[in-house]
Amino acid sequence: VPVPASQDVRDDKRGERRRRFRRDRTLLIMTAPAVVLLIVFNYVPMFGTSTAFQSYSIYAGFMHSPWVGFDTFRELFADPLFWSALENTLVLSLVQLVLFFPIPIALAMLLNSIMSSKVRTVEQSIVYLPHFFSWVLAVTVFQEMLGGAGALNQFLRQHDLATWAIMTNPDTFKYLVTAQVVWKEAGWGIIVFLAALAAIDQNLYEASAVDGAGRWRRMWHITLPGIRGIVVLMLVLRLGNILTVGFEQLLIQRNAVGRDASEVLDTYAYYYGVVNANFSLGAAASLFKGVLSLVLILAANKFAHLVGEDGLYRK
Amino acid sequence: MTTASAPALEVQAQASRGRRRNVRPSWEEPPTKAGQTGKGAVLLVTIAVVIVPLWMVVLTSFSNQGAVNRAGGMVLVPHGLTVEAYHQIFANQLIIHSLIVSLAITVLGTVLSMVTTVLCAYGLSRSGSYAHRTILMTLVVTMFFSGGLIPTFLVVSALGGYDNYWSLILPSAVSVFNILVMRGFFAGTAQELIDAASIDGAGDWRTLWSVVLPTSRAVTAVIALFYAVGYWNTFFNALLYLPDNNKWPLQMVIYTYTLQGSSLPGTGVTTTGQYFGHQQIAPLAIQMAVVTLTLVPILLIYPFVQRHFTKGMLLGAIKG
Repeated sequence: VPVPASQDVRDDKRGERRRRFRRDRTLLIMTAPAVVLLIVFNYVPMFGTSTAFQSYSIYAGFMHSPWVGFDTFRELFADPLFWSALENTLVLSLVQLVLFFPIPIALAMLLNSIMSSKVRTVEQSIVYLPHFFSWVLAVTVFQEMLGGAGALNQFLRQHDLATWAIMTNPDTFKYLVTAQVVWKEAGWGIIVFLAALAAIDQNLYEASAVDGAGRWRRMWHITLPGIRGIVVLMLVLRLGNILTVGFEQLLIQRNAVGRDASEVLDTYAYYYGVVNANFSLGAAASLFKGVLSLVLILAANKFAHLVGEDGLYRK
Repeated sequence: MTTASAPALEVQAQASRGRRRNVRPSWEEPPTKAGQTGKGAVLLVTIAVVIVPLWMVVLTSFSNQGAVNRAGGMVLVPHGLTVEAYHQIFANQLIIHSLIVSLAITVLGTVLSMVTTVLCAYGLSRSGSYAHRTILMTLVVTMFFSGGLIPTFLVVSALGGYDNYWSLILPSAVSVFNILVMRGFFAGTAQELIDAASIDGAGDWRTLWSVVLPTSRAVTAVIALFYAVGYWNTFFNALLYLPDNNKWPLQMVIYTYTLQGSSLPGTGVTTTGQYFGHQQIAPLAIQMAVVTLTLVPILLIYPFVQRHFTKGMLLGAIKG
């Protein structure tokens, strides 16, 4: 009896797959440790978001806590503190988008225009450094420089001038937070833009200079279009992460500036979920943030495609 | 740029070499005075805002009571130096223990992270291999969506991580971003060498160890630095999982006794300046000595790794 052709093909495919499995066994074993860690500490918690739909009790666990549907979310959306945390999150993100985002781009362009490679190297080594400090260290440095007993206020006091409560003023806290982010991350942020600047064909500059374009015209017509792709990419990443603002940074300064100014979605989840042991409400806040962030990053990417750039992934 | 680095970095370096001249090209107009001054000022300010605070932190830690009083707090100009603050902190059980915890977490964590990351990156570096796309997707999904703080906390606690040192290491041991950086590097740069090695009869373990790793020293060094700094700076996981200060790493100690102003057991130091010890040393100097302690390892390792921050590496990873 002749075997049908399709059966033959299927057998071939299965054999082929088995052959490839045997060939790549070692590679699979190599990926195993990382995959196992990700499953335990990333995937299992993803299913653990079910706590948001339960009235979770630590004694009953995931398995035996009663299901309550969307009750937790109703409780969450009825909490004015949640809306104030959401508002703080968005305000801090937008202030940083306006005041932080352009700085690394400008610094990178400035650095790229410096002729002396020695000056460039020294500047890079120094401005990259704060990126490697912890937020505890960064905030301590700010505290000792600008705090009530810090260097600035000592100076003001010694000269009989009015002191300036920078670290504890809730009204200006968003600018303080942004200044801290600039101090810690703006230097490191230039690294990707320097790479994009270095990839621009230098002959373009020479050709346009010969054609009579001055340095500002060259910047407008060559430099900026040359780094457009990476700028859009960084913007997409930033917009996708708009609900994530300096968790540790804000947690550390909460006592100094108060909850009203420093509460964001992440700290809200931490205080409700862990400190007050209302696990379901904390999980609901996190899940709300996670889902919205996913939507945002997909939307931001769509935007990148619309303006003709690759964004995070290609179409 | 080391000579041992892989071809892709070499290409990057060549591309940027156009700019890496110290001479202004003839077609470029001479610089204006205002432009030069402005650029110089920006460079000086950016350097000063990093260096001056660090200088003051370190100098204050080495200053005696007189110098601190004279300055009214943080010291900018050296005046009366002493190492008494370091004698104090190295005699303090809590600080010594937290230093040991931080060092141990950093060393063990970095080793674990590097082993898993290098293996996984190599395992995924051949695009036609079995289940390659599935595993890659499994990894990438975690970059876009996470279960969030509470479920992670509950899972780690359920596994016994609460009040246990491993909760500072295992939950954040693997960075998918770092795996993708390394994978891009292994896949793009070492393929001919890998092929040559397999013709010579080398298996995957042998190829990884003797061919791929030696040609990827730059990327390995940078990623090891990223991991090590992450562990050294561990703060929130300690706040979350370690309730007792006898298990705390250094960052938690600084947070509690410098930022929050709790009294440091054994010294009577608080931020309000109360001090009832007998040595002639300012409480601020002791606090700054602990802060300096966290700076030292970073400042020691940074210069050796910093030259490997070649620009193309990170860019390639994000785009890849």
